[in-house]
Amino acid sequence: MGVKRLTLAASAAFFAMTSAAFANKPTDGGYWLQDAATPVMVELTKLHNFVFWIITAITLFVMVLMGYIMFRFSEKRNPVPSKTTHNTLIEVIWTVVPIIILLVMVVPSMKLLYMQDALPETEMTIKVTGNTWNWEYAYPDLEDQVEAFISNPLEKDDAGDLYLLKTDAALVVPVDTKIKVLVTSSNNLHSFAVPAFGVKMDAVPGRINETWFEVLPGKEGTYYGQCSELCGVNHYKMPIEVEVVSKDEFKRWVANGGSFRKVAALGGTATAAQE
Amino acid sequence: MVAIPEGKVGGYGAHDDDDDKPGFFARWFYSTNHKDIGTLYLIFGIISGLIGGYLSFMMRMELAEPGIQFFDTGHQYNVFASMHGLIMIFFMVMPAVIGGFGNWFVPIMIGAPDMAFPRMNNLSFWLLPVALICLLISFAVPGSASGNGFGGGWVMYPPLSTSGAPGPAFDFIIIGLLAAGFSSIFGAINFITTILNMRAPGMTMHKMPLFAWSVLVTAFLLLLALPVLAASLFMLFTDRIDGGTGFFDPAMGGDPEMFQHLFWFFGHPEVYIMILPAFGIVSHVVSTFSKKPIFGYLGMAYAMVAIGVVGFVVWAHHMYTVGMDVDLKAYFLAATLVIAVPTGVKIFSWLATMWGGSIRFTIPMQWALAFIFLFVVGGVTGVMLANAGVDVALHDTYYVVAHFHYVLSMGAVFGIFCGFYYWFGKMSGYLYNKWLAAAHFWLFFIGVNVIFFPQHFLGLNGMPRRYIDYPEEFELWNQVSSFGAYITLAGVFFFFAMLVEAFIRRRPASENYWGEGATTLEWTLPSPPPFHIFNTLPRIEDTDDGH
Repeated sequence: MGVKRLTLAASAAFFAMTSAAFANKPTDGGYWLQDAATPVMVELTKLHNFVFWIITAITLFVMVLMGYIMFRFSEKRNPVPSKTTHNTLIEVIWTVVPIIILLVMVVPSMKLLYMQDALPETEMTIKVTGNTWNWEYAYPDLEDQVEAFISNPLEKDDAGDLYLLKTDAALVVPVDTKIKVLVTSSNNLHSFAVPAFGVKMDAVPGRINETWFEVLPGKEGTYYGQCSELCGVNHYKMPIEVEVVSKDEFKRWVANGGSFRKVAALGGTATAAQE
Repeated sequence: MVAIPEGKVGGYGAHDDDDDKPGFFARWFYSTNHKDIGTLYLIFGIISGLIGGYLSFMMRMELAEPGIQFFDTGHQYNVFASMHGLIMIFFMVMPAVIGGFGNWFVPIMIGAPDMAFPRMNNLSFWLLPVALICLLISFAVPGSASGNGFGGGWVMYPPLSTSGAPGPAFDFIIIGLLAAGFSSIFGAINFITTILNMRAPGMTMHKMPLFAWSVLVTAFLLLLALPVLAASLFMLFTDRIDGGTGFFDPAMGGDPEMFQHLFWFFGHPEVYIMILPAFGIVSHVVSTFSKKPIFGYLGMAYAMVAIGVVGFVVWAHHMYTVGMDVDLKAYFLAATLVIAVPTGVKIFSWLATMWGGSIRFTIPMQWALAFIFLFVVGGVTGVMLANAGVDVALHDTYYVVAHFHYVLSMGAVFGIFCGFYYWFGKMSGYLYNKWLAAAHFWLFFIGVNVIFFPQHFLGLNGMPRRYIDYPEEFELWNQVSSFGAYITLAGVFFFFAMLVEAFIRRRPASENYWGEGATTLEWTLPSPPPFHIFNTLPRIEDTDDGH
């Protein structure tokens, strides 16, 4: 929310006017997962938090136990050491209890994995190709209307606060739609990642990987990700920008040939032209 | 564990007639003596540690604030990151913990006069400087169109290591790593043979000290994993030749992902190769300074065996985002979680060893206690990452960097320093200055935590690894992390001050300077032990106070 918008990118200006100003990017000094925008990320966050509490409890337990042992059995307090080297019961307990904890963890973990990975019936497809060093987005279902385009990173002067996140042409997708993402690469490995969507899929030359996302209703806005597999000198500089718009706006965008500048030139009339 | 009755081990005074050392050059360059080779390994590890540490320090300087300050290009940063990983793993941790302490103390602990193949031992060591020189050369020769050196990460994934790095820089790395790999394989054969065949009379496998157990398991891991690395490096090598093979080139029917599978089939056991000997060292230190035999000795030994075995069947948890079949991911998820069980057994057994003990907080014990706690922190974040669903958010972010530095930079390295302070008097014959050693410990302990704990936050917030520059939202925790690097650097100065002081002051160390808790065979020998040891093999009596 409240991201400072720059008028330099025409698309940003257009969508800033027409869509809710919901944006997701890393939070300043943040220490937690980015806000979830898809059902998968909602579940992922839940599982993360669940596992987080388990592992924090285990760590604190070990810390307190160690502290107690260091205090109680220091040379001063306990000059004569015991010679105990066995206790079958305790050994069984510290083997079985961790197994139980893992079993408790593995059930929701498997559920999330299959939710993430088993593709539902998707309503549209986008194709993402990693190049050195930019992303190419194509809409195979809308081939006749929207041409594939390249999304280049903006330089610091143009991107301002959003340097290394902002691009000159965002991937545009409709909200509340199950979208299949095909990911591939034209040369090196890359990885298409949008943290708020719970999406990270490697772009591998010679392979087409599949993943999916569905942005929750009301979560229109701009989302940012960064290439997440080492791809060479400009690995740090191939951001991913996704504009999530309402279904109507998406239709208008498609009707305009998917061109940002055309939409901007039409200005307010773009809205009126649609019924 | 091992009870040595009074007078059974025999006298090995410094004036023993077998203590005639060869001249300097013959002693250190033709060396076949396990102790001298161990010393060479340790010196080599320290030198590599300085190089690797310098690389990481430069990276932290660069990352202290957004923008590009110190490096020319992202490529140069990638070169530093890649070489930091390779040098720390292959030339610092492995030589120090396996070559150094393994050579020094495995033969002594099992009551053997030397390693089984002393000349092969010499070869194992001297392959390493050659290998390191190859890696250092690679810095200075062309790598890719972007500049000198290889910047494809320590994992060396193609196509960045094939078509992406056409220059000779990566060829030098291949040659260097092949040499280092053969060094490790020879070392592994040597340790396995020594431990299986040269134990003193009465030293059964189930009486063998845990450090020897840990090195035995490690040696098997090396023997099984390193050939896979050698093969995959060789495949990269032939792929790189113009008109060569296309194992990993989709245009020639190959698959870049096959390399990742091969690499991690080696790479995951490699993680345990680095940490298992540290487990062994920490067991001895905890037992010594609690004045108690280790709790659940058999459980401890077989937990290491279990970790070693399971470590071979979990490799693809490094690859959850490559587009694997979901059922395969489910298997790797479950198998990975299993490792938490034997690891837990080890942690709790150390705590139980201390329970009821009479604990002395000596310097090695401080490192051991820190090791246990920090290893728990690194271990539980490993449980988080094992969950393939959550890993999608965390894969290739700083969360992973934090996780593996907690288990390696704080696990393996704390294990190394733990062993170093425990055995320093035994190896050198001199006692270290407690205050310098304590300053080293505390600065290091605070420093590495300040470096790596905030990196969890960066990772959760989505900061990817291997970035020379980052969006300004990540600045705060990067700054904190870099500040930790300065603290750690101060700790490193105290380590060297401690070394210099000890060798100037030369306070002699007695045979068993730790007293009653130290029960393994090295404490029956003078400090330092004579050049040749156990001319009459020690006899380990059958006792039942052990376990």
